[in-house]
Amino acid sequence: MAAAIAIEDLVKTFGRTRALDGLDLTVETGEVHGFLGPNGAGKSTTIRILLGLLRADAGRARLLGGDPWRDVATLHRRLAYVPGDVTLWPNLSGGEVIDLLGRLRGGLNEQRRADLLERFDLDPTKKGRTYSKGNRQKVALVAALAADVELLILDEPTSGLDPVVGEAFRECIAEERASGRTVLLSSHILSEVEALCDRVSIIRAGRTVDSGTLTDLRHLTRTSIDAVLAAPPNGLATLPGVHGLDVEGTRVRFQVDTAQLGGVLAELTRIGVRSLVSQPPTLEELFLRHYQAAP
Amino acid sequence: MTQALLGAGELVKLDLRRDRIMIPVWVYALTATAASTAYSFRHLYDTPQSRLEFATAVANNASTRAMYGPVHDPSTIGGLTAWRLVTIGATLVGVMSVLVVMRHTRADEEAGRLELISAGVVGRHAALAAGVLVALIASLAVGLGAAIGLIAVGMPTVGSLAFGLSWCTAGLFFAAVAAVAAQLSESARTANAIADVGPSWLSWASPIGWAQQLRPFAGERWWVFGVAVGAAALIGWGGFALAGRRDLGAGLLPPRPGPARGELHGPVALAWRLQRGTLLGWTAGFAIYGVAIGGLADGVTAIVGSSESTRKILEEMGGAKGIVDAFLATAMGILGLVVAGYAVQAVLRLRVEETALRAEPVLATRVGRIRWACSHVLFAVVGSVLILAAAGLGAGLAHGLRSHDVGQQLPRVLGAALVQVPAAWVLAGVTLVLFGLAPRFTAVAWGVLGGCLLLGQLGPVLKLAQWAMDISPFTHVPKLPGSALSVAPLVGLTAVAVVAAAVGLAGFRRRDVG
Repeated sequence: MAAAIAIEDLVKTFGRTRALDGLDLTVETGEVHGFLGPNGAGKSTTIRILLGLLRADAGRARLLGGDPWRDVATLHRRLAYVPGDVTLWPNLSGGEVIDLLGRLRGGLNEQRRADLLERFDLDPTKKGRTYSKGNRQKVALVAALAADVELLILDEPTSGLDPVVGEAFRECIAEERASGRTVLLSSHILSEVEALCDRVSIIRAGRTVDSGTLTDLRHLTRTSIDAVLAAPPNGLATLPGVHGLDVEGTRVRFQVDTAQLGGVLAELTRIGVRSLVSQPPTLEELFLRHYQAAP
Repeated sequence: MTQALLGAGELVKLDLRRDRIMIPVWVYALTATAASTAYSFRHLYDTPQSRLEFATAVANNASTRAMYGPVHDPSTIGGLTAWRLVTIGATLVGVMSVLVVMRHTRADEEAGRLELISAGVVGRHAALAAGVLVALIASLAVGLGAAIGLIAVGMPTVGSLAFGLSWCTAGLFFAAVAAVAAQLSESARTANAIADVGPSWLSWASPIGWAQQLRPFAGERWWVFGVAVGAAALIGWGGFALAGRRDLGAGLLPPRPGPARGELHGPVALAWRLQRGTLLGWTAGFAIYGVAIGGLADGVTAIVGSSESTRKILEEMGGAKGIVDAFLATAMGILGLVVAGYAVQAVLRLRVEETALRAEPVLATRVGRIRWACSHVLFAVVGSVLILAAAGLGAGLAHGLRSHDVGQQLPRVLGAALVQVPAAWVLAGVTLVLFGLAPRFTAVAWGVLGGCLLLGQLGPVLKLAQWAMDISPFTHVPKLPGSALSVAPLVGLTAVAVVAAAVGLAGFRRRDVG
């Protein structure tokens, strides 16, 4: 099956700022893809290029088999978008905005509209200027999720939502995935990414620094080991993949490259293990490592 | 009170920093206008004799008198300059004042920026006080600039200062009016309308009238300034009192809930919803204004008087009918310029929607860029026709009823209003070119409109060359009623507007949105 989104070596500059600097991104049809990166990494710029709002300076971008700049009208029938910063018309009610965006998109599912209003606990009669940030976000979400489209492009969709609505949102995305829709989800909420996404791409300063399933990514990181051994360890520091070794008598604490875990455990077993706590890398560590890495 | 104004000083600095381009442009444009007008007058009418002739011609032309008021002192260059510029300058300074106050009070509040500021160590009235103060600083700068400019070209010092003060008075007064209007409505757009439209109907009760009554270069009456300051202080106090009674973000006119279901079917329906209030307001206002002009037209001959010399002039102009037609033609010309302002702001709505990020969700649907842009441009195109038709119908009916000749006058006056349409379209086209090719400089459209206004107002008295006058589309509009209707310039203007629109739309298709 063709990829829903295929971006290769994308470049976009604004004056002297190089917002995208050779970015790659592949989203397979039917997957929920997490799109991660620190603030200002180029996530929204990438999404705006996919929507044909910005024109790429170099590189290739394909969206649902078409050209996002040229085939705007045909492609936009097949996708729905939730911007990261939702602004509404101050004198239009939320219900009016939902129906308007639905019609402009080519119709929305009435049953789903009613269902989503209930699940998100949104009052559609309020005027745009009276909604709080979270409620504006809900208006955009209802409008997008009620549309019968193949692809959802969501730019930090849960920022500003309360935990209950956030949970309702996660349920909705799980349903979307089950019904075979493709979702590109830009987010900072790692637990959400972990719960929802099949694969993730991490970008930094306009480049893709890592991409794959969470299991793949974890494999490239370090596992923390805290163990009490039968005897003081010898030569542990010289084993490949061991980092930050800290020895207090028979107690050892260190990190090990997950790929070298087998060899290190064999060495520990040879010395004799009294107790052992092993922690897989948390998602936070994974991201912090990428976010803070030198460019 | 000091508690309520805490932090105002810092806010004034912030506001001045944000206006570091806008205010100097206003000051420069108005100063240059004052100085260059006085300078040209000095060369064009260099003898008392020639000045007197000019003043007599003015006194005898009812339409100019109705527009600019009487010449208080025709014997000096200063007197002529004051006559020509005080009214129009005072109006412009008033507009500047309203824009500055709104920008730093209600518009910031609407955008949520004021919330960020109010959470700091900032008094309740600090933002309003800062906005008003910045408007006063700007008005003072304009007044001072004008005075220095006039002195520099050799005008008497006292008169020049009085001239500057007359402009300053208007700025002061309108800052106070804006301070009240900013409290009344939740939206800066509505508040601007309240401040702008309200007083303009009460010409003589307004500060524009007071600016004239200061009589620069013609026996200055300084006490008028005192009256204006008193009135402004009273109104301004009202604004602060109202501000103390309401919540941040709320108006005194409360919001109502809207429908749970929407009936908007497409981009045009959305544009209609966003623009209808403005369009209906303009149409109604222009219908009323038209009636006023039409009602006045027939009486113009009486104002001119029945002396021998004026009768002669009247005959030269084609009899009494000629002077009524000339009045109507002048009035319609000015309406045409104002409607061009409507067309400009209708097109600029595109930019407003874009920068507010509201265009993005619409363009992310299957609505194409051109379709979206055209939905708003439609209002500039059709709206100009509607508004001018309303003015023409009002004026034609009123004039026809007064002269007992509705059957003939109505189509003549309506035609005189409608010939302005293509010129307004040209301004809309220019705005669209800016939007498509240089979106960050869309405000230049207002400069172009201001240039057309100054060319039309000052060009003839300054005896500018024809090629310079021809730059303004309004120069090409047939002077109806009274002269022959020539179709060629109308077709030409329309063609220019169409080409400009095509260039603008093509540019918008190619550029980045956002």
